[in-house]
Amino acid sequence: MLRQSIEKLGHRTIQGVWRIGFAARFFLAVLLHSGTAFRRFGLTIREMYFTGVLSLIIILVSGLFVGMVLGLQGYETLQTYGSEEALGVLVALSLVRELGPVVAALLFASRAGSAITAEIGLMKATEQLSAMEMMAVDPIARVVAPRFWAGVISMPLLAALFSAMGIFGGYLVGVQLIGVDEGAFWSQMKNAVDFEQDILNGVIKSVVFGIAITTIALFEGYDAPPTAEGVSRATTRTVVTSSLVILALDFVLTAFMFRGLS
Amino acid sequence: MNKTVLDFWVGLFVIAGVVALLFLALKVGSTSAVSAANSYEVVARFDNIGGLKPRAPVKSAGVVVGRVADIRFDNETYEAAVTLRLDKRYAFPKDTSAGIMTSGLLGEQYIGLEAGGDSELLKDQDKLFLTQSAVVLENLIGQFIYGKAQEGAPE
Repeated sequence: MLRQSIEKLGHRTIQGVWRIGFAARFFLAVLLHSGTAFRRFGLTIREMYFTGVLSLIIILVSGLFVGMVLGLQGYETLQTYGSEEALGVLVALSLVRELGPVVAALLFASRAGSAITAEIGLMKATEQLSAMEMMAVDPIARVVAPRFWAGVISMPLLAALFSAMGIFGGYLVGVQLIGVDEGAFWSQMKNAVDFEQDILNGVIKSVVFGIAITTIALFEGYDAPPTAEGVSRATTRTVVTSSLVILALDFVLTAFMFRGLS
Repeated sequence: MNKTVLDFWVGLFVIAGVVALLFLALKVGSTSAVSAANSYEVVARFDNIGGLKPRAPVKSAGVVVGRVADIRFDNETYEAAVTLRLDKRYAFPKDTSAGIMTSGLLGEQYIGLEAGGDSELLKDQDKLFLTQSAVVLENLIGQFIYGKAQEGAPE
């Protein structure tokens, strides 16, 4: 009984290490075979349509609502200190620094990441990947790399759209609905938000998240057992793992970026 | 799959994303960094800088003319050496004085420059001699209480 449980634990550990090593090798292989994704850019554009363009609706609508909620909640809090004009600063900084990259990445993981895993997992289950290999077409170069680059390019654009939409939502609620002074809203925002410190760091964050999400999604799909259950489990794992990785990475990146600001 | 229709949508998506980035860069944010090529640095020494931080604005007559580039502690004079990076477009006389001000009651601290009357202008790496330290609330309260106590003291 005891021996069995120890054996199980050891087996799991070894499996975990094996998976991490395989994932790292997979990531390197994707980078090495990226040539095709740029030489035949049509492939990447096609994937950008599925990961980027089709995610637009959910990103824009959520951005708008998140911004509107920030406007309402921020106003309630700032009002107690008599500094309603700082609403623009609050909305813009929280969106550009944190909420934009993170929430957009979480939505992207569940909207596009899961789709990528399911697609590649099914391709593997129906032996399309093996068929490609038989025809001397490298599936990593032909199938995986374009999806990787499409995700990496789409993610910062989606995050920027999310932030812009959120600021617009905050403007709608704060200025149009509640009646915060419009000039103060924009000018204080402009004074407080720094291009390099805030906006560029937000963009860097979203690029890192894009790399993490697409790598996890592609790997889970590529590594999925070729059964219906295996694909469904891999899809679930993609969403769970990438969400956790996004939040953990966000903490690490934030600690790096904003520590020096004091 | 109709390639052209797809390309169109992806193009639209990329343009929208770039426009959003531009909106963030131009409308929401502003670059506070004055580039090294268009600026000159002067050093001001203060007894006490209060809560001044790097990148705080340097204002003259309320207009931002530069930024605080660096704050160091001088171990020989026991003063704070604050490096100000000023925009090249604005020249100040040599006897310009610098003071640490606070915007609003609890606002951020900035450096206020008050132009003097000297005919010579400040050059790169010059020093400002006339400085006024930050007002520390505790000292102010201490002085007030001290003054009150002296008022009431019997002769």
